[in-house]
Amino acid sequence: MVLLQVKVVSNILEANEAHAGVNRQRFKNNRVFVLNLMSSPGSGKTSILERTIDHIKGLLRIGVIEGDIYTAKDAERIGEKGVPVVQINTKGACHLDANMIACALAELPLDQLDLLVIENIGNLVCPAEFDLGEDIKAMVLSVTEGNDKPLKYPLMFREAKALLVNKMDLISFTDFDLDLMEKDIRGINPDGKIFLMSAKTGEGFEAWCRWLYHQVQAKKEKSSVTASG
Amino acid sequence: MHELALIQGVLESVAKTAQENSMTKISRIRLVVGKMTAALPASLEFCFNALDKSSLFAEACLEIEEVDIKGECAKCGNRFIISEFQFFCPACKHKNISIIAGRELFIDFFEGE
Repeated sequence: MVLLQVKVVSNILEANEAHAGVNRQRFKNNRVFVLNLMSSPGSGKTSILERTIDHIKGLLRIGVIEGDIYTAKDAERIGEKGVPVVQINTKGACHLDANMIACALAELPLDQLDLLVIENIGNLVCPAEFDLGEDIKAMVLSVTEGNDKPLKYPLMFREAKALLVNKMDLISFTDFDLDLMEKDIRGINPDGKIFLMSAKTGEGFEAWCRWLYHQVQAKKEKSSVTASG
Repeated sequence: MHELALIQGVLESVAKTAQENSMTKISRIRLVVGKMTAALPASLEFCFNALDKSSLFAEACLEIEEVDIKGECAKCGNRFIISEFQFFCPACKHKNISIIAGRELFIDFFEGE
């Protein structure tokens, strides 16, 4: 037998990226803005989402995809807010991928939404490589985790358009150094928007929700220009 | 351990191309992995060895070429290796850097008969 060398040069994530491209087109057709919300476990993603829904439910039609390894606990909490929610259980997998999102979309009234939030699995490593078709990624970092996380997990923090620094009500009980965190973030991600907030007290939600609302509106305006032009 | 999902993708892709080329035995697979990906070479190797593979891959070995993160300064055009994930130009300290290498994650080639 002859030894053959076959040049491949194909992206390992090709299948995921193809699914993500299809998702992105569906979001565009339905003029839905999609936020991929990521963080470590216990940083407060679901609490932030609950309060965000309370803040902008009157202005935007919101839907949620909840990623969780085994339970539906987060989806139950979001469901109580009266917005459409789909639970994805990855049964052990540490990240969501674009195909899981495609399956979940079948259960959402996409044409009746302005904003879709995907709450990713709590993990600072694995979700970074998997494009879901989202418009932006946002990272939550809670002050109880310590200010060294951006430097320890730079890939996720570099790609986030917004960084939500949560549990600000607890900062005096920690040695979290806000100035150092901001300096570290600027070294990794010079343009990321930083919001200091507390999902417990509501601090900082006005600014975050206003920014998010403008992002959603900007996509709508852009897609109507494209549609009419 | 998303590396397991990545390796499964590699095996599926190689198996498909091998079939197209009427190959029955793979001896070597070479991946190119940038340092600015969330794929750790040691974990990829671990997953590759741990997976129960078909006879096509029974004698296959995995090689991984790592690629440094390289940036290009938007202001002065300087090209440089980024270490410690510090994204600023060492020449002019400008922070607007485009990544020109380090995000690779692909199958370069495989060998077999």
